[in-house]
Amino acid sequence: MFPTPIQQTSKFTQISYRVALPATIILWLLPLAAVLMTSVRSIADINAGNYWGLPEEWMLVENYTAVFANTNMARYLLNSVIITVPVMIASVALATLAGFSLAKYRFRGRIALFATFIGGNFVPFQILMIPVRDLTIQLGLYDSVWALIIFHTAFQTGFCTLFMRNFIIDLPDELLESCRLEGASEWKIFTRIIVPLVRPALAALAVLIFTFVWNDYFWALVLVQSDEVRPVTAGISALRGQWLASWQLISAGSIVAALPPVILFFAMQKHFIAGLTLGATKG
Amino acid sequence: MTTQLKTNALSAVAKAQRPTAASRWHTLTPYLFLLPALALFAVYVIAPIFQSIWISFFEWDGIGDKTFIGLGNYAELLEDPQFWTSLWNNVLWLVFFMLAVPIGLGVALFLNQQVLGIRAVKSLFFFPFVISQVIVGVVFSWFYDPSYGLLQRFLGFFGVDPIPILASETLVTYGIIAAGLWPQIAYTMILYLTGLNNLNPDQIEAARMDGAHGWTMLWKVIIPQLRPATFIAMVVTVIGALRSFDLVATMTSGGPWGSSSVLAFFMYEQAIFSYRMGYGAAIATVLFLIMLVYIGFFLWRMLRAERG
Repeated sequence: MFPTPIQQTSKFTQISYRVALPATIILWLLPLAAVLMTSVRSIADINAGNYWGLPEEWMLVENYTAVFANTNMARYLLNSVIITVPVMIASVALATLAGFSLAKYRFRGRIALFATFIGGNFVPFQILMIPVRDLTIQLGLYDSVWALIIFHTAFQTGFCTLFMRNFIIDLPDELLESCRLEGASEWKIFTRIIVPLVRPALAALAVLIFTFVWNDYFWALVLVQSDEVRPVTAGISALRGQWLASWQLISAGSIVAALPPVILFFAMQKHFIAGLTLGATKG
Repeated sequence: MTTQLKTNALSAVAKAQRPTAASRWHTLTPYLFLLPALALFAVYVIAPIFQSIWISFFEWDGIGDKTFIGLGNYAELLEDPQFWTSLWNNVLWLVFFMLAVPIGLGVALFLNQQVLGIRAVKSLFFFPFVISQVIVGVVFSWFYDPSYGLLQRFLGFFGVDPIPILASETLVTYGIIAAGLWPQIAYTMILYLTGLNNLNPDQIEAARMDGAHGWTMLWKVIIPQLRPATFIAMVVTVIGALRSFDLVATMTSGGPWGSSSVLAFFMYEQAIFSYRMGYGAAIATVLFLIMLVYIGFFLWRMLRAERG
C-alpha cells in the first residue's frame, strides 16, 4: 500500500487528513455548488449580489417549472434518450461480433484491422465533419434523429470493438475448442458461449457509451438543427441564447440536462469505472 | 515425436487437398463476424478522413461545384492570422492540459487511504467527468462571471479588482483550459487510483526494508509501476486537448475577437458559418496531422505490447 496507511501515522497527521479530506472535496465542487445555489434563487436575489447567503425567496419550484413549462427542455431530454439508447444497443452488438472475430480467429489482416479500429477512435471529429454531413444530407437524414444515431453507432463501434476484443481474448480457448469438437457451429459458439460470458463487460460498456453519446455536442450542432430532434446539449446552448442573463434559469436548465448521466454514474459506478480504467493496469 | 510427425503429415495432406466448401466457409467466418462493424466504421470514420483531405484541395461552398486549387487553401492558411492564433492556442492546450496528469496522480495519492467515507469522496471527486462539457462551460462561465462570479469574490477577498477572464484576450484561453482541467483531472485521478490498487505489495515492502520512503519511494518504485496508467492518462489528455471544441464553443465562441479559438473551432466556423468547406477541410487536415503523430505513437506501443 502506498502512500503509508494513515492509521500508521502520527495522531497529528491523522487529524489533519480527516480535516483536509472534506475541505478538499468542498473546494473541488464549489463551482458546481454555485450553480446549484443559483438555480433556486430569484433574479432579484442574483442582481442584489446574494451569492452564498440563503435565497431571499426560494424559487426552487418556480425555476425548475419554468424550465419545463416555457421551453422545449422535455423534448430535448426525450430526443437525447431516443438517440442514445439505440446507439448503446447497436454499437455494443456490432462490437461484440467484431471483437469475437478479432480475439479468437487467426486470419490475414487481423492486426491491421484492429489497429484501424483503435486509430479511427482517436481522430479529431473535424476531419470527419464535412463528408459525414454530406453523406447524411444525401441520404435524406439531415436534421433527423437517424443522422445522429447512425453516426454515433459507427463511431462508438470503434471504441466498443477495442474494448470487447480485449475482454474476449482473455476467455479460455479450451471452451471454444471443446464446443467445436462437439460439432457446434461458429454462430452457435458465439450466441451460446461468447454472449453469456461477455455479460459483465456489456454493463460497463453500455454506461460508458450512454455517457459519451448523451454528452456529445459537436455532432448535435453539425447534423441536426430543429428543436424537434435536438438533443439536450445543443438544446441547452440554444436556450442560453434566449435566456441571456437569466442565470437562475440557465443554472436550473443545466442541472436538469446534466442529471441523467450523473444518476446513471452513481447507480452503476463500479461498472463505469471498470470500463473507463480498462488498460490502466496492463499494456 | 512420432505423433508429431503424424500430425505434420496429416496437415500436409490436408493442405494438399483442394479446400472443401466447409473449410472455405470456415475461413470466411471471421470476416463475416467483422463485416457489419467494419462496413459502418469504414463508411463513417475511415473514408471521410480521405475525403476531407481530398476536399482540402478544392474551393467549395458545400452546394455548388468544386474548383480545384491545389495547395491554395494551405497557402492561404499560412497567411491567415486566425490560423496561427488557433494553432498557438492548441499548443497551449497541449502543454497546460498535461497538468491533469501530475495533478491527477497527486489527488489519487491523497485519496488512496482506507478511512470512513473514502468511497463517497472518491465518487464526488470523479463525477465532474460525467457531466457534459457544455454544462462544464456553463459552470465555469458563472464561476468567472465578472460581476457575481465566485472567482471575483475570492479575488476581492484579497483586495484584487475583478478580472473579466473570458473577456481578456490574454487570459481567456487559460481560463478555458482551467475549466477543461476540472473533469480531466477527475479522469486521470481515477486511472491512477486503479493503478495504485494494483501495485505489487512485495516490491513496496522490499523497498521499505531497504529504507526507501516518501519521495524516493514514489519516484523510484511507485511511478515506474504506474507506467500503464501514466501512458493511458497521457493519451486521453492529448486527445482531450486536441478535441477542445465544446468548451470553446460554449464559453466564448472563440472570442474575444477570435483570441480563444482553437483549430477545431476555427474549422467549424469556416465550414458552417462561412460556407468555406475546402478551407475548413484544410484546417481539419492540419489538426488531423498533429493528431496522427500521437495516434501513430500509441498504435506502435500497443502493437508492440501485443506481440511481446
